[in-house]
Amino acid sequence: MSRLNINKTYKLYIGGKFPRTESSRYYPITNTKGDLIANMCLASRKDFRNAVVIARKVQESWVSTSALNKGQILYRIAEMLEGRKEQFIEELILQGVQKKAAQIEVSTSIDRLVYYAGWSDKYQQFFSSVNPVNSAHFNFTNLEPTGVVSIIAPENQGLLGLISVIAPAIVGGNTVIVLASQNISLSAISFSEVLNSSDVPGGVVNILTGKREELISHFASHMDVNAIIYCGTDQKDLKTVSELASNNVKRTIFYKKNDWLNSSNESPYFIEKTQEAKTTWHPVKI
Amino acid sequence: MAKKNKYFKASWSYDPAPESTDHIQLQKKYDLYIDGKFIKPENGKYFETINPTNDEIIAKVALAEKEDVDKAVKAARNAFKSWSKIEPKERGKYIYRIARLIQERSREFAVIESLDGGKPIRESRDIDIPLAANHFFYYAGWADKLEYAFPNRNPKPLGVTGQIIPWNFPLLMAAWKLAPALATGNTVVLKPAETTPLTALKLAEIIRDTGLPKGVVNIITGAGKTGANIVNHPDIDKISFTGSTAVGKYIQKTVAGTHKKITLELGGKSANIIFEDAAIDQAVEGIIDAIFFNQGHVCCAGSRLFIQESVADTVIQKLKDRMETLIVGDPLDKNTDIGAINSKRQLIIIENYIKIGLNEGGEIFQTDCKLPSKGNWCAPTLFLNLSQSHTIVQEEIFGPVLAIQTFRTIQEVIEKANNTPYGLAAGVWTQNGAKLFHLSQKLKAGVIWGNTFNKFDATSPFGGYKESGFGREGGLHGLKPYVKFE
Repeated sequence: MSRLNINKTYKLYIGGKFPRTESSRYYPITNTKGDLIANMCLASRKDFRNAVVIARKVQESWVSTSALNKGQILYRIAEMLEGRKEQFIEELILQGVQKKAAQIEVSTSIDRLVYYAGWSDKYQQFFSSVNPVNSAHFNFTNLEPTGVVSIIAPENQGLLGLISVIAPAIVGGNTVIVLASQNISLSAISFSEVLNSSDVPGGVVNILTGKREELISHFASHMDVNAIIYCGTDQKDLKTVSELASNNVKRTIFYKKNDWLNSSNESPYFIEKTQEAKTTWHPVKI
Repeated sequence: MAKKNKYFKASWSYDPAPESTDHIQLQKKYDLYIDGKFIKPENGKYFETINPTNDEIIAKVALAEKEDVDKAVKAARNAFKSWSKIEPKERGKYIYRIARLIQERSREFAVIESLDGGKPIRESRDIDIPLAANHFFYYAGWADKLEYAFPNRNPKPLGVTGQIIPWNFPLLMAAWKLAPALATGNTVVLKPAETTPLTALKLAEIIRDTGLPKGVVNIITGAGKTGANIVNHPDIDKISFTGSTAVGKYIQKTVAGTHKKITLELGGKSANIIFEDAAIDQAVEGIIDAIFFNQGHVCCAGSRLFIQESVADTVIQKLKDRMETLIVGDPLDKNTDIGAINSKRQLIIIENYIKIGLNEGGEIFQTDCKLPSKGNWCAPTLFLNLSQSHTIVQEEIFGPVLAIQTFRTIQEVIEKANNTPYGLAAGVWTQNGAKLFHLSQKLKAGVIWGNTFNKFDATSPFGGYKESGFGREGGLHGLKPYVKFE
């Protein structure tokens, strides 16, 4: 006897919850034959702003979570993803990715999470310094997260691209609001289910689906966002992001690459991009 | 000018101790330093640089316009070809030479800095000039060690850098920008501020004397328009700017969509926090350093003072008493604590903020010092009775005006201190180690001074969070804004 499948409703991921877009709008995702796979939420400016409020609130406690703990949480995400590997491969195939490529993308995604989990309690030692000042002071420089980061995720590699930009930002203590790949958006929302079951506090990662052209100016101009990561090569987008970022001297990080597969796409320098150097002085003479 | 008060009972007066100006060499007129030579500006226009203590003209200085900027960028582009390729060891040696020549002529530089900008000779002699020399000395050593600063990353210079610097630390800011740019193999077009161009032009003489290949450093003078021409020049690869947040935002917006990289060191409204368990007398000295150093013309000045309620009355009384002893006057006098306000324009801005402070209900205290009749002066000023919403608590004044608030709890002061778009620096005064580190972690600022304030060093990265800019100057971290990776 044939059984009718239960199709998943894909929603947004904000503050550890899965709300529908407040705008009640949608856009359809279809398979290669043109059949409907899902109606994705067409997130609005208001959804984004709600996510920023939550991301800001959570950032304070996320930054205070110990490096060991953050590393374990990232490792936990990898564990959860490993357990649901087949689902993610199938979902990528459903969205038009070849089987072999889908398998590689999912396993690389898992490994990338493990990679950054490992950096959690190490990058600080790598980028910090004790500065031998010419006076009787102890002086050191260490990194702190920039704060709340908005991310326009890579349009290609809906899962690997997403993870490659989220992982280094959150392992460094930032909280993020991500606009997922528009066309490969199922993986992003399924990934948020993984996040939700991985001890990642709600609001550390917020994932929206929708249209770049609608949301990019809000991602770049919001006054309570400290940095924006933009993945893509569109000249007009790049200019818009830089211009609007100047409203609050937002840091801009541009990744113009198309392929996130090889190991040059992982390094502590990706973490450093959303960090600030803080220098502390104290007298040593008594 | 005898001063009597509760804490400083001595009532002697100081005899004048002026630094002599005999040994300094100043021309009546300065041209643009482009491609290794001093050349006249294309349009033949000059502007005056004024002594802020007496409104007298010190010298005329060339006004660089678009054609001159073009010329300077061309020279820098040309020079880049060979400068980026010479032996890094040799590159370093030129920079060491600059450091040495500044040290040799330090007295002359200190006097000119004080003449042109109005800062006390004690500060230009003991802080500005030695730190500038140290900065060149520090980065000179990096030139042939960059592969250790960026292991396995193959750092390369960016190309031609446009550097626009402010008037509060003219030579020091030139050093902060030039030294790392040169050490990493970039060439430079540098523009000092229009009110304080002289030490940069004297530095051009030094650079000429070092035999640095022509075109590697070009120093051109002018005001905002000249700066805009640098920012907009299509053949510049990098803009480093120190100045106001408003101009910083303009630059970030202007270079949008181009290949230009930027570093911004912008404004601040730094918190200085005094806890009840602080060493109070040291903290009072710290408050003085934080806000009255360099007439308060300091981007990281501790212009918002937070005192824990239980010690507020004591601290404020001691602070007022200490302020009464500050000597305001001739910058060239070695006894002077507070010199002249850098320009008429800045004085008007400061006076306007004082008016706003009064209009909004602030309670003012100014010391009872006699100000000279000519020139630009502002008595050390503090305001009480303020809250977070007061304009003088929120906006950068860039003068000797302190906004004081009190607090009860740690959480409260952290929230108040961070409640600003700026994030340049902060000071914390307490004898409790855990409290100090707790605060230093929670305060969103690029520099934290624990039981000290306004300290700077070539090895120490400096720069802001949030709207105080991005990129660091000083130390290993200060190399990064000037390199790219393959």
